[in-house]
Amino acid sequence: MEQEMVLKNEKSLSSSLKQILSKLTPSIKKDGIIKSLKNTGITLLSILLFIGLWQMGSKALYNKEADYRVEKALQERGEEAAAAERACIESGDSSCQPNTLPSPSQVWASLKSLVADHQVIRADKAAFAEKMAVTNEKMISQGKDPIVYTGRASFVDIVLTSIKTVFAGFLLAMFIAVPIGIIIGLSPSLRSAFNWFIQIFKPVSPVVWYLLVFMIVKTLYIGDSSDNAFVISFISVGLCAMWATLVNTAMGVASVDKDYINVAKILKLGTFQKVFKVILPSSLPLIFTGLRITLSVAWMVLIAIELLAQSQGLGLFVWEEFQNGANDSNSKIIVAMFVIGIIGFLLDRLMLAVQNMVSFNKNEMA
Amino acid sequence: MNTTQQANEVYSENGIIYPSKVMLDLSKLKKVYPTSKGDYVVLEDLNLQILKEEFVTIIGHSGCGKTTMLSMIAGLNPISGGNISVLGNPVKGPGPDRGVIFQSPSLMPWMTALQNVLLGVNQVFPHATKSQRQDIAKYYLQKVGLENAFHKKASELSQGMQQRVGIARAFAIKPKVLLLDEPFGMLDSLTRGELQDILIEIWNKEKITAVMITHDVDEAIFLADRVIMMTSGPSAKIGDILSIDFERPRTRKSVLENDDYYTYRKHLIDFLEH
Repeated sequence: MEQEMVLKNEKSLSSSLKQILSKLTPSIKKDGIIKSLKNTGITLLSILLFIGLWQMGSKALYNKEADYRVEKALQERGEEAAAAERACIESGDSSCQPNTLPSPSQVWASLKSLVADHQVIRADKAAFAEKMAVTNEKMISQGKDPIVYTGRASFVDIVLTSIKTVFAGFLLAMFIAVPIGIIIGLSPSLRSAFNWFIQIFKPVSPVVWYLLVFMIVKTLYIGDSSDNAFVISFISVGLCAMWATLVNTAMGVASVDKDYINVAKILKLGTFQKVFKVILPSSLPLIFTGLRITLSVAWMVLIAIELLAQSQGLGLFVWEEFQNGANDSNSKIIVAMFVIGIIGFLLDRLMLAVQNMVSFNKNEMA
Repeated sequence: MNTTQQANEVYSENGIIYPSKVMLDLSKLKKVYPTSKGDYVVLEDLNLQILKEEFVTIIGHSGCGKTTMLSMIAGLNPISGGNISVLGNPVKGPGPDRGVIFQSPSLMPWMTALQNVLLGVNQVFPHATKSQRQDIAKYYLQKVGLENAFHKKASELSQGMQQRVGIARAFAIKPKVLLLDEPFGMLDSLTRGELQDILIEIWNKEKITAVMITHDVDEAIFLADRVIMMTSGPSAKIGDILSIDFERPRTRKSVLENDDYYTYRKHLIDFLEH
């Protein structure tokens, strides 16, 4: 038994020596590069695998849909019609293409066409502005509203509208949730007074928040309908997403390290100093964790809310494309899906960077 | 006996006359925690007088109520019975006249070393100019050997360095009484020795009445004028008091070379093992 222990100790000693040695040698840097190369390789490989599976899946669905169409033509209109249908599908004619999950190449083509469309619209807008410049100046000098471009919004405009809405909603959530969170965090009685409120309204679906905001805003704010849609959607997004920040802020403020509070008591810091020098800085990491969750929730519920509010953003774009049912509609929806995903990821990275900046204890961060 | 006689003398300093030389007076102190099985008496009938410019260490077994007593003196824990007074004024709550050095450094990790010390200095010297306050904070940080770490974040400092800031923060607010709750308990023995030296060096200069809890018999002897031994709880009280008659300023070497050291040590260990 004892011998075993000694052996074990020797083993752990030699392994820890090895560890120290490996840390001292410069090979660690090389190892790091190899490791990151390996990681990048694995990521690239998995992307390729994903695209491959997607291609196979869409191909299988395409064939299934094509066979169904041919079969249907055969049963309804006879052999000749079925042959014509198959020929039509194989020719790639847009009138008879099976409408199903688009392939990666179709999606790529749609992305390119959306970008090209954006450039066309931008040129159109510039031309319009140039044409109307003189007229508009006159109208402004007469005290009238200038004539604005009312053409179709491009995909980039749509994305920008969505980002604008999500940030407006996020700021609203922050300005409501952080101060209330601090106040209820400081007072246990207020905390219990607010608790039922938070518990009941936190799980409410974005759709219902939209309806509530619509009821109120439609009466309060009778103006231009597109502005209305923007106001309703950002308020709904804010109300829907603020709960994580509210709960986290209250928790952060309520759970400040007792040692810090004792120091504040001994130094007899005033309430203002205690809140701003001790309690708030110590709860900042949790507040920012809440804000990070809020932003990602806001981006997620935005799509549904824009759809309902008819706000010219990605949500409405996706829904209109689905209703449209054109040949490239499905692939445009998939483009929007990727854009939504990538922007959501970037927003989360942004918040993570801010969160790391304000966090005083780097080791505790995930 | 001797202590009581001194306590009754009138003591004056800087023209202010204090009723006695007693800085800190605990009389019939009692602490009770209510539990589901009835009251749990932590301390009962505890009497202790600590003189001005005296350094007292308190030893006793874990859980005997040493920390409870110290936090009652600090005003962080309510008193169940009896009295605590500083220069004759009853303690009613925490305040900067009783500085505390906690077991964990308890620095605000988002502040620099200097800001941590300034937090207290700004509070205690509101009428001083900004540069005067900075000078005070910097002086004490220099005293604890952190002249190169003024602007380092507390979270970037090692445990030992953080506790140095803790010492600087406590001395910088010029308290009447300094309360130390096992301040070096979490440090390795080498760092502990360094910090003991730093503490006693500043203390020799400032002579702030100090009450320090420790588990370390050698530390208790090295630093103290008197070592207070507490009995084990429940209903802990003072079991024995040992006067340490080494000359000040002391060095570790001179203390270790003194023959009395081993007598004191034996006395304390006998008490603890009893």
